[in-house]
Amino acid sequence: MKSILGKKVGMTQIFNDKGEAIPVTVIEAGPCYVTQVKTVERDGYRAVQLGFEETKEQRLTRGERGHLEKNQLPPLRHLREFRIGSDEEVKEGDRILVDVFEEGDWVDVIGVSKGRGFAGVVKRHGFGGGPKTHGQSDRQRAPGSIGACAYPGRVWKGQRMAGRMGGARVTAQNLRVELVDPERNLLAVRGSVPGANGGLVMIKAARKSKELAKRRGE
Amino acid sequence: MNLIESLERQQIEKAGREVPDLRPGDTVRVHARIVEGERERVQVFQGTVIRLRRGGVNANFTVRRIASHGVGVERSFLLHSPRIEKIEVLRRAHVRRAQLYYLRERRGKQARLREKRTR
Repeated sequence: MKSILGKKVGMTQIFNDKGEAIPVTVIEAGPCYVTQVKTVERDGYRAVQLGFEETKEQRLTRGERGHLEKNQLPPLRHLREFRIGSDEEVKEGDRILVDVFEEGDWVDVIGVSKGRGFAGVVKRHGFGGGPKTHGQSDRQRAPGSIGACAYPGRVWKGQRMAGRMGGARVTAQNLRVELVDPERNLLAVRGSVPGANGGLVMIKAARKSKELAKRRGE
Repeated sequence: MNLIESLERQQIEKAGREVPDLRPGDTVRVHARIVEGERERVQVFQGTVIRLRRGGVNANFTVRRIASHGVGVERSFLLHSPRIEKIEVLRRAHVRRAQLYYLRERRGKQARLREKRTR
């Protein structure tokens, strides 16, 4: 099963065999435990719930403790669910380590993006803002017109405006696994990954990888 | 030592090449490996180090040389790149700043640097 939970460590670069410098994000992934298996019969869909990062028992609620004790698992800080295919065999209590991935795999990484607070339209939607010169004042980062006149006589739904930005679930698709270090539970994927350093990330096999598409086409 | 640092150190060690103590103003000869399709060859680039940036595996430096017809050519290298075979320091100059961008506006005699005498 190619899914794991991890913590974003930060970015650096590594050299590959060709001597090229590859930008990578380092993720401390696993060890994870299978805390629950959801089945079609009981839950209506197939999924596994993974737990990550051991913590103090007192940090968990009694409900959480009971849930984990069912499978004699240590107290875990994070629990997340991954859908699995019907051919994948897992049972509760299994340990999942980084070695489920290998160099060259294509993965999707899901995280929570950095919160930007109440952001204007230039930052949030990439608007151009107004002119800087020719007698303009207070217009540099203004949104401009937000609609027409008598028709429609209102602002269209979905009109892009200022507001809360970031802090949302974001998926970075099709990142190549560049390095796996089972000894230190480290994983390095090419490119950037959503969220701040130290944030929780979910890693799973890429949904739209070219290899997968090729295999389906055959 | 944090994880990123230790990973970077590992990368540097993997290159396994001796890294000379470079300074801005040094005249160096960089032996760079160049891949042309199938073939691989070593090209030598000789000039003055006008900039040096530290920072783990990403440490890099820029070398400036005067090519034919007095045209200045600058090339940047990653200090720890496996594509660099060897870096020779030929001469060390006395300079008073970290970035020698002022050399770009000078040519001929004005672009000379005073050699640093070491005991």
